[in-house]
Amino acid sequence: MVKLIDIAKVIRSKNSGPFELTFDIIFKDKEIYEKVKGKKAINSELIKRLYKISEDKIIGIYYFDPALAVKFTIVRPLPAGHLGETDIYGAQQHAPLLNAELEL
Amino acid sequence: MEKVKILSPTAILGYGFPVKSFEAGLEKKPDVIAVDAGSVDPGPYYLGAGKSFTQRAAVKRDLYYMLKACVELNIPLLIGTAGGAGGRVHLMEVVEIIKELAFENDLSFKMAVIDTEIDKEWLKDKVRQRKTKPLGNLPDLTIEEIEEAVRIVAQAGMEPFIKALKAGAQVIVAGRAFDPAVFAAYPVAHGFDVGLSLHLGKILECAAIATEPGSGSDCLMGELDREGFVVYPLNPERRATPLSVSAHSLYEKTSPFELHGPGGKLDLSQVNFQAVDDRTVRVTGTKFIKTPNYYLKIEGVKRVGFRAISIAGSRDPKFIENFQSIASGVKKRVEDNFPELAGKYYLNFIAYGINGVMGALEPENKLSHEIGIVMDVVAEDKNTAEQILSFTRSTMLHFGFPGRISTAGNLAFSFSPSDIPVGDVYNFSIHHLVEVEDPEKLFPIEHIEIGGRGGGKTY
Repeated sequence: MVKLIDIAKVIRSKNSGPFELTFDIIFKDKEIYEKVKGKKAINSELIKRLYKISEDKIIGIYYFDPALAVKFTIVRPLPAGHLGETDIYGAQQHAPLLNAELEL
Repeated sequence: MEKVKILSPTAILGYGFPVKSFEAGLEKKPDVIAVDAGSVDPGPYYLGAGKSFTQRAAVKRDLYYMLKACVELNIPLLIGTAGGAGGRVHLMEVVEIIKELAFENDLSFKMAVIDTEIDKEWLKDKVRQRKTKPLGNLPDLTIEEIEEAVRIVAQAGMEPFIKALKAGAQVIVAGRAFDPAVFAAYPVAHGFDVGLSLHLGKILECAAIATEPGSGSDCLMGELDREGFVVYPLNPERRATPLSVSAHSLYEKTSPFELHGPGGKLDLSQVNFQAVDDRTVRVTGTKFIKTPNYYLKIEGVKRVGFRAISIAGSRDPKFIENFQSIASGVKKRVEDNFPELAGKYYLNFIAYGINGVMGALEPENKLSHEIGIVMDVVAEDKNTAEQILSFTRSTMLHFGFPGRISTAGNLAFSFSPSDIPVGDVYNFSIHHLVEVEDPEKLFPIEHIEIGGRGGGKTY
């Protein structure tokens, strides 16, 4: 098991429009990225568990080679700025990924 | 014309830039300066209230350098999403700033003003003709939603900018616009590839954020030719690398492979990022795929009430442990006390230290040693909001709970007054696509001759 925070250079969350949250994980080097990609270690099971969400809330998971990055996008629990919503920019939703462990 | 040089001074008009970087950009003899001035990211308030999230003085400062440069070099300046949200009132504020600057600095130029606020009756017809569709998980657009909206804007594509350029405008300022459009319009007007132009625009729109170290308040230069483009920062302390530029291509987007925009999508599946030197990156292989019908994204907000808040903290372990039941107990007391206001207010507690940041997505359940509580009340009018908030605050301050040993008060307040009127609250209510026959005709363009100290006239 390897901690995601030890192999990633960037772990970030942000709005992709007011109704979606998107997460970018950029790895430290090509070797580790290829390993993660080969094992599909960032997958819907992991996302569902970390964010306590169901499959239908996951819009997509993408491995993007040029940036050594995995990106996934989910439906926001509440649109940005709605009553009860707590993160207008969606910039602090990355936290559960900091504790994630991957089997590589 | 074999090459187009585009200077992007800053990520958002009003975010600023070092004058040194900007001057280094001017020395490269850009063909055009372009800047994006807005975003939906700060939330629905700004479109609803008709206000900008950038300060007027900051916008004026940035525009001063850009206007002077475009007049001196005799090149166009394109500004998209004026005033932050791109409504008519936002657009007019920026137009006023430009007129002021032209007068103060005796600058003359032809200006085009592109209005992208959408007429409600036009949009209702589109709904009746079934020419709208929702984005994300929103329901279909209805006539009622349109009527309730305070303001609706459409994200203009390149077409009205190209039309204004061809009509001889030197300064073009638009309401809500697709962020890359202001950067792509000039090269596309000169026959350059649409996909490459838009991809370059996507990278330039956030200026030096695509570099290492990244910054939203520093300049980035793009040079486009027939086969690809290069980008490089103008501040020697920054570098554009294949990683920094490719990582930026996916920033704030649903997918890294398909970037949707007016009239079609960018296909990044075959794109190549290559280092030219240690500060410059070359990009090739981006394709633009037209959709059979032309869709524009529309954004609208509706008012949901007036907000008043109070902020307090607790350092008592028993209070923290019992917070959820205390919160629902306080809500119940408020309901009992104001039965006549049932359904007329919204009351919520944001508990920092418990799940204040992540809300429903929060996986942690360990207790903090202190918590911060924001009491959030929204009601139709200010009086009702303040009435509910005042009662909520005093009730929570003295609320009893199992194990309570501190009987003087449950909360620590930092401020007097403790209750803060915030103002009107809006929701994003429209985030849809609308099919249009002619994306150029939808947006009326006003042409104004700006005559420096002589003033301006419409032509």
